[in-house]
Amino acid sequence: MRTIPLQSWSNQLEKRMEVMSPRESFSPTIQQRLSAWFNQEKILGPALVAPAVLILLLLIAYPFCVAIWLSLTDKVIARSDTGNFIWFANFAKLFKDSIFQRTAINTFNFALVSVFFKLVLGLLMALVLDEVKLFKNFFRGILLLPWIVPTSLSALGWLWMFDSQFSVINHLLLDWGLIQEKIIWLGVPATAMLSVQIVNIWRGIPFFGISLLAGLQAIPQELYEAAEIDGANAWSKFWKVTFPLLMPVTAVVTLFSIVQTFADFQIVYVLTRGGPLNSTHLFATLTHQTAILAGRLGEGAAVSLFIFPVLVIAVILQLRYLQKQD
Amino acid sequence: MVSSLRFRKISKGLTAYLGLAFFIVILLFPFFWMLITSIKPDSELYDMSQSPLSLHKPTLDHYVYLIQNTRFLLWMRNSAVVAIVSTSLSIVVGTLAAYSLARLRFRGAQTLGLTIFITYLIPTTLIFLPLAYVIRNLGLFDTQIALMIAYPTFLIPFCTWLLMGYFKGIPKELEESAMVDGATRLQALRMIILPIMLPGILSAALFAFTLSWNEFIYALTLAQTEAIKTLPTGIVSQLVLADVYFWGSLMAAALLGSVPIAIVYSFFLEYYVKGMTAGAVKG
Repeated sequence: MRTIPLQSWSNQLEKRMEVMSPRESFSPTIQQRLSAWFNQEKILGPALVAPAVLILLLLIAYPFCVAIWLSLTDKVIARSDTGNFIWFANFAKLFKDSIFQRTAINTFNFALVSVFFKLVLGLLMALVLDEVKLFKNFFRGILLLPWIVPTSLSALGWLWMFDSQFSVINHLLLDWGLIQEKIIWLGVPATAMLSVQIVNIWRGIPFFGISLLAGLQAIPQELYEAAEIDGANAWSKFWKVTFPLLMPVTAVVTLFSIVQTFADFQIVYVLTRGGPLNSTHLFATLTHQTAILAGRLGEGAAVSLFIFPVLVIAVILQLRYLQKQD
Repeated sequence: MVSSLRFRKISKGLTAYLGLAFFIVILLFPFFWMLITSIKPDSELYDMSQSPLSLHKPTLDHYVYLIQNTRFLLWMRNSAVVAIVSTSLSIVVGTLAAYSLARLRFRGAQTLGLTIFITYLIPTTLIFLPLAYVIRNLGLFDTQIALMIAYPTFLIPFCTWLLMGYFKGIPKELEESAMVDGATRLQALRMIILPIMLPGILSAALFAFTLSWNEFIYALTLAQTEAIKTLPTGIVSQLVLADVYFWGSLMAAALLGSVPIAIVYSFFLEYYVKGMTAGAVKG
């Protein structure tokens, strides 16, 4: 919040006060009593938060329970019945299914590699932006673009950049002599995974960069000066001052990013739809494929629930961190 | 001694600007390339003999085609309608909840605050499938209303969390002195707190608007009829499949669809950076 000078606070207050000075009356009417009752914190508090809680109960908590229920049935879209309760048969089937196994490995590979590079490059970006003084707001603004524009649309740009025939990346790499023949970006399993990771990293760098920059700027300048007096060079200043003090912000940002990356959907959906040969399927895209496109709701719900454990771990770590801060 | 210090300063600045150039090239090249593609005539786009970076006869044909022959404008309107309705709903509900959780003491307030924070972390891909099932049972499947009630599921936690921070930044004495003078809490909220909160509420609304504008998986599953699709799903599912040699118009669509978001951010960047980092820095 911006601070407002005290003078204007009180002026504003006085103006408002005139409007709502209470009417004099000796015996409170029903309306007044009702409004006094409603004015209690223990009544008003729950009443104001109720709409939010109701909406989230109906559209988050209840669907989540539905997902658990569906995952234990053989419900398919084609039949209108509610499906049979089959205990953990969907999960047993998934564990034996080679596509699911592949998807699980893909998801971890995708998330861990992407988050690692987002963190490293984001930290680098933060350190660079910290030194840039000219037009700094302008540069921060344009460098945020990959993070703020609709991912599905920027992924279309990458689809074109990875095009099998007209890939501009191939053209440049060939021109510079870095490769001898065209790379088939999206048509081959190994490079397809690399491609979707590149796009995810590209989109996430600014998020890490700007968040860590805020963390950097919150470090008191005196600490660096003290370190300098003690004869620290740039390298040891980074490891002794910057790194430990940046740790809390880094942890929160990384945790958030791990959950989001683990549950990513759009980039793979736009670039490969999970192919070739299921080499880029993630839990989210396999859920969509199984439940919506193939119509096996029960099995699809079982796949989607594999996103849940990572969320739980992230939440526990985050809550611990919040507790420590208090 | 002095000259070596100056040398170090200069070389440090130089490294920073080299780094800046690196990030500008890496992060912005895709946009540059989309722009070039969108104003290049087909004859140049698919000419293998010419360098893809060259541009001889720029044209707006792809944009004209996009506007005249596709449902781009309809999707854009759908996106705007859905975003405005779901944002308004979320801001009203979120402001009330945030005020209650940040200011009022009642049993369970802290637990509720934490729960809403956790809801804020839940990825939409975990919920989209059962949500589609629930919305189908409500008889709202494949309607715009489905999106208007689905988006608040991630917008309300977001707005509440953000606004709670703003509420805590306003001195309690303000409303207390109003209440001493006989105002009820709601009157104090409406006449004293909300006017002061206006910039914060406005920035929360803008974030929420952009989040709805960018949303993809709910729109993909809940609105399948072409005429009610939003911009991202309309472009991705209707235009990509339409024609193989369609890249010019496709890039034009992707750029135009991003423009409203870029404009919003250019005005509220400062707020955005603060909001994005508030959670991270404060915990």
